[in-house]
Amino acid sequence: MKYSALSLFANALSGHKKWPQQWPDATPKKSYDVIIVGAGGHGLGAAYYLARKHGITNVAVIEKGWLGGGNTGRNTTIIRSNYLYDESARIYDHAVDLWDGLSQEINYNVMFSKRGVLMLAHSVHDVQSFQRHIHANRLNGVDNRWLTAEEAKAFCPPLNISKDARYPILGAALQQRAGTARHDSVAWGYARAAAALGVDIIQNCAVTGIKRGADGAVEGVETERGFIGAKKIGVSAAGNSSVIMEMAGLRFPLESYPLQALVSEPIKPVMPCVVMSNSVHAYISQSDKGELVIGAGTDQYVSYSQRGALHIIEETLASICEIFPLFKRMRMLRTWGGVVDVTPDRSPILGKTPVPGLFVNCGWGTGGFKATPGAADLLAYTIAKDQPHPINAPFNLERFTGGRLIDEAAAAAVAH
Amino acid sequence: MLLIRCPYCQEERPEIEFSYAGEAHIARPLNPDDLSDESWAEYLFIRSNRRGLHYERWLHAHGCAQFFNALRDTVSDKFETTYKIGEARPQVKK
Repeated sequence: MKYSALSLFANALSGHKKWPQQWPDATPKKSYDVIIVGAGGHGLGAAYYLARKHGITNVAVIEKGWLGGGNTGRNTTIIRSNYLYDESARIYDHAVDLWDGLSQEINYNVMFSKRGVLMLAHSVHDVQSFQRHIHANRLNGVDNRWLTAEEAKAFCPPLNISKDARYPILGAALQQRAGTARHDSVAWGYARAAAALGVDIIQNCAVTGIKRGADGAVEGVETERGFIGAKKIGVSAAGNSSVIMEMAGLRFPLESYPLQALVSEPIKPVMPCVVMSNSVHAYISQSDKGELVIGAGTDQYVSYSQRGALHIIEETLASICEIFPLFKRMRMLRTWGGVVDVTPDRSPILGKTPVPGLFVNCGWGTGGFKATPGAADLLAYTIAKDQPHPINAPFNLERFTGGRLIDEAAAAAVAH
Repeated sequence: MLLIRCPYCQEERPEIEFSYAGEAHIARPLNPDDLSDESWAEYLFIRSNRRGLHYERWLHAHGCAQFFNALRDTVSDKFETTYKIGEARPQVKK
């Protein structure tokens, strides 16, 4: 059923009791053309683009938990593309291009809101670094511009730009085209659109092994519900990517860290945009429900626990209260953690692997949500054509051997 | 917050006194001139990132300022043991 004002009206007449199921819970078949491991936004999106753009519909998405229950459902929904290097600008801007019009394409409201992302500069170093980013972005055709402290205050009135603030604001970089989207909707929308094209979505079915033939190529996956064959496997397993890759005998340049977020009690609209402060690890926006959505920094140690330490949250909230004094008396409702897979250069790995038929989309670290449609599209392309798209070609695994890193870690000097 | 036992101070102290220092037992190559690109990549970038028991280094930054090793479960975050640099790594019971 196509969602529209008319279908909403028609279903209102029947008391909203006759809406059809959005996607069926599939039972695994013996084999598929392509198996995607991980039913987050990236994996479901890849299945959708495989079916939609490349005509490969005999696809299964296998998920150990529930659909969208990993980092897709745990992030702070920030979307932006103001990265320094040419390769990054292309891959993240490709994603923003796809965010535009995604709701219409998949007939599902992902609530993409271009409310603008403001990145605060607190020191001379920040100012110089951000202006370099802005110039690099403009050369790459990526929207980004400089605001003085007063202009930033006019754009985002809750900011404290007082000269004697603990974290003085010397200015900010504004990407107006950036913003937020509804994270769950992205997973649900892709799932519904992919299922409508014939993709099987198999939940509660952990992959326990990857089977390889005598020639080394993949033959399928062992799962909790038996063996499922496929000549092509795309792994989009975020924090657990190292674990899945080890099943194919591969060691990856990844480390998995806890990353936390939290939301406040809901209040009336007060934050008109997203504000990020990399220097003090504070990321904040307001959801359409009215909650302040706040992102914290990563814990320092490798962990798969999906929870982090309180002192990380305390540091972030201390910064938020300094930058936005009016939030000091607000209460926080929920905190949670996800597991983010981080590469040495803080850029993703998206492409082929040394194992024939095995493709990977990992290493998005603390910023994978923004890339969802782009990563999904490029993973689908790479699987369908058995070669990377020019946009994701630089994000190969071989760069760690050849030395051609895309060092956004050095560019940003912090997690991002 | 983790509670970590420093093997030098012989005390369990809160995590904020410590800095994480990455995977343990990765030896710096003794023959850097002869190393292939693959071996450099393995040394510099490849990590076991184990889901389960993980050998790792910590620095008691705001204590004795010494590095030590630890064996910790990365799913429960529970420390199995901590031990001094130079000591043999404790074997993992299968």
